[in-house]
Amino acid sequence: MAQKTAFLMGNQAIAHGALAAGITVAAGYPGTPSSEIIETIAKNNTERIHVEWSTNEKAALEVASGASFAGARTLVTMKQVGLNVASDPLMSLAYIGIKGGMVVVVADDPGPISSQTEQDTRTFAQYSKLPVFDPSSPEEAYEMIFDAFELSEKYHTPVLLRPTTRVCHGYAQVQLREAEIHVPTGFSKDPKWVIFPRLSYENHKAIEVRNPKIGEEFSSYGKNFIEGTGRLGIACGGISYAYVKEALKEFSAEITLFKVSTPFPFPDALALEFLAQVEEVLVIEELDPVIERALIALCGSNKVESRIHGKLDGTTEFSGEQSTETAAELIAQLLGEASSSLDVEEDLTTTARGDIPVLPIRPPSLCAGCPHRAAFYAVKQAAKGHKAVFSGDIGCYTLGNTPPLDMVDTCLCMGAGITQAQGLHIVEPDALNFAFIGDSTFFASGMTGIVNAVYNQTDITVIILDNSTTAMTGGQAHPGTSKTLMGTTSPHISLEEVLTSLQVGLVLTDNPLDLASSISTVTEAMNFEGVSAVVFKAPCVQLFKTALRAVVDLDKCTGCKRCIHQIGCPALVLGAGKVVIDDSLCNGCGLCLSLCNFSAISLTGGVCS
Amino acid sequence: MTDCLLTGVGGQGIVFASKLISQTAMRQGRKVRTAETIGMAQRGGSVVSHVRIGEDDYSPLIAKKHADLIIGFEPSETVRVIDYLKSDGAVVVNNQGVQSISAALTGDEYEVGTALDYLSSLPIRLVVCDGWRLCREVQNSKVLNVALVGAAAAAGALDMSIAELSETIRAIAPSRFIDLNIKALEIGAKGVKE
Repeated sequence: MAQKTAFLMGNQAIAHGALAAGITVAAGYPGTPSSEIIETIAKNNTERIHVEWSTNEKAALEVASGASFAGARTLVTMKQVGLNVASDPLMSLAYIGIKGGMVVVVADDPGPISSQTEQDTRTFAQYSKLPVFDPSSPEEAYEMIFDAFELSEKYHTPVLLRPTTRVCHGYAQVQLREAEIHVPTGFSKDPKWVIFPRLSYENHKAIEVRNPKIGEEFSSYGKNFIEGTGRLGIACGGISYAYVKEALKEFSAEITLFKVSTPFPFPDALALEFLAQVEEVLVIEELDPVIERALIALCGSNKVESRIHGKLDGTTEFSGEQSTETAAELIAQLLGEASSSLDVEEDLTTTARGDIPVLPIRPPSLCAGCPHRAAFYAVKQAAKGHKAVFSGDIGCYTLGNTPPLDMVDTCLCMGAGITQAQGLHIVEPDALNFAFIGDSTFFASGMTGIVNAVYNQTDITVIILDNSTTAMTGGQAHPGTSKTLMGTTSPHISLEEVLTSLQVGLVLTDNPLDLASSISTVTEAMNFEGVSAVVFKAPCVQLFKTALRAVVDLDKCTGCKRCIHQIGCPALVLGAGKVVIDDSLCNGCGLCLSLCNFSAISLTGGVCS
Repeated sequence: MTDCLLTGVGGQGIVFASKLISQTAMRQGRKVRTAETIGMAQRGGSVVSHVRIGEDDYSPLIAKKHADLIIGFEPSETVRVIDYLKSDGAVVVNNQGVQSISAALTGDEYEVGTALDYLSSLPIRLVVCDGWRLCREVQNSKVLNVALVGAAAAAGALDMSIAELSETIRAIAPSRFIDLNIKALEIGAKGVKE
């Protein structure tokens, strides 16, 4: 059969790889840059696979581990920050092991482009003692999925696959394989599935014997290789390999390149072969010096005299992304050359091109018509004149921090807004403490905080921004939406009923786009002594389109700009001293109508003006 | 080899435009690598998409000073990435500006004219498209993305014909938008020829 080629995003490539590798279960929690993997599996499901958005990463890993104990091949997906949530089951699973192959895809986000941290999953792999694959392109990510499942089953261990943003969100042509079929053999009762201290001790010993063996195996793994010749060497892995290859096109010097596709367990034997060929080594990798440390350790324990340059001697940066340009600059330095054509210092704009004009700053912002803007504004109005602290959370609503709203005073990690508000209130009981959280995040990790607040008798008001989706990651379903990735409908889990059953003293619901009513609802909640909650319900404008648009009566508009200064909606722009509505952005939420003192704004049916 | 950078503000249809170019290149039998560098918020923020057509590409990102073509959906966003352009590269730019919220708040609006003047002052091949007129002719403000690709192709900067791009639209666009998009492509191309 002829091989089929498909143009796939890295995340889609991983999904198709997992489908072709015969998975039975796929579970994850959305998080940029990992979200498209589960979505692609759901879209291409042949009904043979159970695919789910789990309530959080911990739940996803635990569901998959159960299926794997019964012999199924399973895929779990999350982003690097999500791995922290899943670390509890992961660490134990590393000791207990699995039966059916299990690949845990953890997408890292150097930069970071869309994350709270720049943590490196390769370091987590070392910490949890789990093998990790680090693809350099969508094509390689596809291939590695098969290798990872094979390794997982051979050694009965979960295996990590760690793509980074540029692999996850890059597109390339991928050669698809024919699908394998793996039929789960079922669960057999055995004491080995129960984690007791004695077993952990034995398993720990076994892991320490096993990992060097895997490292040995990785030395002959085709995706770890040495190419080129020369006494100068470059070691790299992941997307950095792509940047190095691209940059090397600019140089004619002989360089020996060592590509590390499995940074843990490290392919020591192959690395020693590389070190034997070179006198000086430049390590180009993103975030932690994982390859660099491994090479230095090998030099030390084997009395090899190669000099290793990288993060530890200040040659490369610890934080942020690499690029073709940084790789070229580093290679030029290694070669003792002044610069290459990729030298970024001398660019188009600083040569004979004159001064670059001042460019507008474009901070990310809540969409025009986003109901969260209205909810924030209502709380701001209700709390006016009071000492109030607004604890934020992770999601679109983190953007409530931008001016003119300024409604996010703290933001730590998912679910922490509710518990941080409690801590703040203990120290300053005279302040009003509000915690904002989205519907998906509430189910993921908000409920525990609510229980804590009720149990420990604090006085906070929790504002739940329920837009019926997981908006920031692209609109995924969650337990409050009744929809599953299997195409079925679930019982609707009501936020209000959950809050009530968790003994929240006062639970109110309102439509945030009704400003007057929302202000009085918030006032009632904040005046309640104890834990109170307001559920603000209005759908995400990205998923639920209306035909409504706001229009400004230019005869009535005085150009006072109150609407702009109060809510900062992107669809409100200035034109000839008056406010005009940008048609291409407006979603007709109507919030600006309630702000205009001159009744100059109204809603129309949405015909383009 | 063609390295093409598409840039603008979130929500302008840049992802579809890059898909249109890359799928057409693939139909021509060429190898393609792309990367969408989208930020934390896809709405309101700067968006850049890299499309690389060529056999020996490794990185999904174009290096600075290596882009053959920049398709700018917004003048200031085009200036922001001008460092990526090759010395003999081409720029196809929409002349409509998108103001930012911070500008609306401070009243400190940026001058679209200044950004366009700056681009005109550079020794590059520049094609300025009247985006508003293009959309009015098609009577739809959502097809600016396709019209700009049409303009780039007509300017000879893409190595692909309007007929080839139309074929791709037939293959990838939802059926109810096919005619609209092909019309936009042709109007974009016509705008350059006139």
